[in-house]
Amino acid sequence: MSSETGKILTTDGIPLEVSLKKAERKNKIKAFLLVAPLLLFLLITYIFPIGDMLMRSVDDKMVTEMLPKTFKSMEKWDGKELPPEEVFESFYLDFQKLVEEKRDGKLSTQLNYTKNGFKSILKKLRRKAKNFEEGNYKEQIMAVHKRWADVEYWRAIQRRAPAYTSQKYLKGIDMYKNEEGKIVSVEEDRRVHRILWLRTLEIAFFVTLLCFLMAYPIAHLLATLPMKYSNLLMICVLLPFWTSLLVRTASWMILLQQQGVVNDFFVMIGLVADDNRPEMMFNKTGTYVAMTQILLPFMVLPLYSVMKTISPSLMRAGKSLGGTPFVAFWKVYFPLTIPGIGAGCLLVFILAIGYYITPALVGGASGTLISNQIAFHMKSTLDWSFASAMGLMLLAGVLAIYWVYNKLVGVDNIKLG
Amino acid sequence: MALPKYTETRYRVWHYFYITICSCVFFFLIAPLFVIFPLSFNAEEFLSFSEGMKNLDPDAFSLRWYKDMIYGTKNPWGLAAKNSFIIAIFATLGSVILGTVAALGLSSRHMPYKGLIMATLISPMIVPLIISGVAIFFFMAKAGLAATHTGIILAHIILGTPFVVITVTATLSGFDHSVTRAASSLGSDPVNTFMKITLPLILPGVISGGLFAFVTSFDEVVVVLFLAGLENTTIPIQMWTGLREQLSPTILAVATCLIILSTLILVTAELLRRRSERLRGINR
Repeated sequence: MSSETGKILTTDGIPLEVSLKKAERKNKIKAFLLVAPLLLFLLITYIFPIGDMLMRSVDDKMVTEMLPKTFKSMEKWDGKELPPEEVFESFYLDFQKLVEEKRDGKLSTQLNYTKNGFKSILKKLRRKAKNFEEGNYKEQIMAVHKRWADVEYWRAIQRRAPAYTSQKYLKGIDMYKNEEGKIVSVEEDRRVHRILWLRTLEIAFFVTLLCFLMAYPIAHLLATLPMKYSNLLMICVLLPFWTSLLVRTASWMILLQQQGVVNDFFVMIGLVADDNRPEMMFNKTGTYVAMTQILLPFMVLPLYSVMKTISPSLMRAGKSLGGTPFVAFWKVYFPLTIPGIGAGCLLVFILAIGYYITPALVGGASGTLISNQIAFHMKSTLDWSFASAMGLMLLAGVLAIYWVYNKLVGVDNIKLG
Repeated sequence: MALPKYTETRYRVWHYFYITICSCVFFFLIAPLFVIFPLSFNAEEFLSFSEGMKNLDPDAFSLRWYKDMIYGTKNPWGLAAKNSFIIAIFATLGSVILGTVAALGLSSRHMPYKGLIMATLISPMIVPLIISGVAIFFFMAKAGLAATHTGIILAHIILGTPFVVITVTATLSGFDHSVTRAASSLGSDPVNTFMKITLPLILPGVISGGLFAFVTSFDEVVVVLFLAGLENTTIPIQMWTGLREQLSPTILAVATCLIILSTLILVTAELLRRRSERLRGINR
């Protein structure tokens, strides 16, 4: 840096401003080159794959590519009455090609998603199509099954023409496009995803609230105690923070099971009968208790670092001016801790909303969150595009909160340990 | 926290109430970890305290689950531990190198688009792990790195770098740049200056970032669940499988070992933090 400053002073003929700008640009490039390896690495292995998720979630090229001729000839069809002979012919040609390549099974699964009843009539068409004569395909196809003469089924095929679809996103909030192309909700008793979204928000909200209520007093105690005591107590916060998530979840599984320590204790003090031990795990209670304990350090640490900077003389001043300790606390101390509260609450909420491991182990069926649903579709149903769509909806929510966090606290102010 | 003599009764009551609440919260935070210790020495196969344990009968305690962890038949823990350490060590190295270099650039006052780039570099820490897992899985599957050590190491570098970037940037914020200028004015080239002057001064920050990266990798299960094959099993994967299928006392023996490991890491991290604050002249 210093050698360049020297150059500016010694160079004749070039205006100082130009030289300075040049040096500035050089420094900029230097700084950027240092960041570039990591940035490039993350872009390739992380940011682009998230973009890939977006492509997968809206991708619907499969049927588009399987029936190219059909969709081309359908462009002129208004969809009011049965399509013209031309469409039937190209559909026949496309279908025959798929049969040859043994891909017709995939087509029938896909079309069956759009409208029930395609599976059987495609099977029937496949059998009969071998004996088709050239020309007048409309008559011949319609003779295979009466549904082929139903315009509804042709409209269903036409709906699969676009290469992109919002269907997976709609499915994520229990909605779908009906036959008239209107977006409607599914029947009341099949709305599984909305319940999950609401439950995720509810659990994240209450876990954040519980963490706040528990963290505030202990952060205050840690910040006001003399150093030698507070250092010791700080270990109680930091040890769980550094301990494996699975270990902490395992300890809650031991504590909360029916023959576990907590239930033993309840029986001992006579709170519940021995043969009537409450179920505290594999339901919402389990998720609440375990998640609150696991996320508590993330609330304590930001609160503590803010409270540490508040001078105790402020409270004394408040009291000496005639406020009771409660008034002094509420009017002086509490407002000063709001930045810490904001940071802690947002951090815990962001972490809670995407929690997966703990709910999966102690949550049972009623305590699982949206992340568990995403994992289920990734690993069990293999509906990756749906998993991507749900993941991106969750991501959008998290990024919105992250943006607020960034505005309020600033990412470069995140402190660890 | 002794109260002055003249304190009114109601504030006295309130004070003790406050202390009680704090004690309860501290108990809630730390007690669950200590349940694991005694139960891992259980002589029986149950996960609750037996009558013998309650009466402190020596026969009720044994090391059989630790033996099972180390010598047990068809034992997965040996391979898992080996894999975990290999993956965590390489992931830490990668994160530390990439993260430290990036932090040096970010701390320069000439860095353009600082906020945007910082937000991008930190994003793996903010994005829910399940989404990171899906995205990284798609990438690794395309690159042919699924179910390989390399794939998992790369994934953990992604997850570990934000911690290194944050800690090293924080350390550099109190860094006195005149020492590097002094070095270069005395004729040292940039690489030499970094190795001899900058690195020793920011080392506590680098190491504590490295510790975070190590723990992140060592404890990570969501992304590995998507990426790992049978050969790449790690300790968290084994624990996850064990906790889902059969909660056996062997898991508690492993958990005890992990708690001891995390205590060691906590102590190291604390010592480093204090040293770093001393070096940067922050006195509390």
